[in-house]
Amino acid sequence: MKIAIPMNEQSLDTDVCPSFGRAPYFLFYDSVTKEANYLDNAAVASQGGAGIRAAQVIADHGVKALIAPRCGENAAEVLSKAEVFVYHSISGTARQNIEAHLNNQLPLLKEFHAGFHGHEAK
Amino acid sequence: MLSGKGGTGKTLVSVNLAAAAEAAVYFDCDVEEPNGYLFFKPEITSEETVSAKIPMIDYDRCNGCRKCVDFCKFNALAFIKNKPVLFKDICHSCGGCVLFCPQKAIGEEEKNVGVIQSGMSGQVRVHTGCMNAGEASGIPIIKELLKKSATETTLPVFIDCPPGSACSVMESIKDADYCILVAEPTVFGVHNLNMVCDLVKVFHKPHGVVLNKCLEVENPAEEYCKEHHVTILGRIPFDSKLGSLSSNAKIAVRENDRYRELFTVLLHTVIEEASREAAAHPQR
Repeated sequence: MKIAIPMNEQSLDTDVCPSFGRAPYFLFYDSVTKEANYLDNAAVASQGGAGIRAAQVIADHGVKALIAPRCGENAAEVLSKAEVFVYHSISGTARQNIEAHLNNQLPLLKEFHAGFHGHEAK
Repeated sequence: MLSGKGGTGKTLVSVNLAAAAEAAVYFDCDVEEPNGYLFFKPEITSEETVSAKIPMIDYDRCNGCRKCVDFCKFNALAFIKNKPVLFKDICHSCGGCVLFCPQKAIGEEEKNVGVIQSGMSGQVRVHTGCMNAGEASGIPIIKELLKKSATETTLPVFIDCPPGSACSVMESIKDADYCILVAEPTVFGVHNLNMVCDLVKVFHKPHGVVLNKCLEVENPAEEYCKEHHVTILGRIPFDSKLGSLSSNAKIAVRENDRYRELFTVLLHTVIEEASREAAAHPQR
């Protein structure tokens, strides 16, 4: 199963990025092969619709589970239509989150926020 | 009237110049938050809705080639289960997806994006563009608004631009004969003044600066103009009387002799500058 996590840095031992659409990188982790790959998030420089673009990349990579602290409503719509489940990350590293997820300890993300439109969340 | 940042005095200058001209036409192109009407208090005599075109996908014709999704620079189209999905609120009505679809599977439908209100305030005809909350772009409203300026051949036309130097400002100044940049005496203000200066140069627009909120001390905006050889059209003092008139939604020119004179002189300077530029560059 492929798992995706928004990241600030390309390392399993660094924290999950608080932003989904504007995260610098995406980590793609294959739970079978235990392989980790990183992708530059092209949506980072988008004027608008970054969440939609980022969600598209996640869906195009055949990801089944996204682990993130939050996610916008447009991105959530793309992910839900593409049947990608979004799980609420815990504070800690990507590695800890993957372990928690594989032990079924992460709840599904239930609330999706309206767009920030260039303004950072408080 | 334009400025790189909000709150420098675009509306103050536009409203007062239009009022100083007595018979004039005023356009509020700051469609996200128009406020010129608060000063003019025009009696609204006409109101029209503005619509923009958004794509309408015919899923029977669509073969899932993804060209529309890959083309959309605004990320308004996603591709899910081999079909495009439209996000109406993100769409900027560029029409590109319609042109690119090889299957002719995308048509267009109208979507209401705002209104234009028109009315008179004394001898000033006031046109206000007002965008619906949540819309992605005010461009369709500005386009529709400024179509009305084409028929104005005798009266001076004052265009109150949105702040910044992005596409809505470009749309607002496209047909202007002269651009007035309103600047405030702060380092932040100068940074943004520099951006609008670059913008009006790209558009080959003759331009000059009005220094607003002037104090008796060093003015970074004035320094900038001198250094870059930008014409200074006039100076408005940092004056509590003017501030108080404005915060009570009064037009200084209509209330106060000193400001009537200041803006009348400024208006003549602008007209002179604009005529001089027009004579020097008739190809414009």
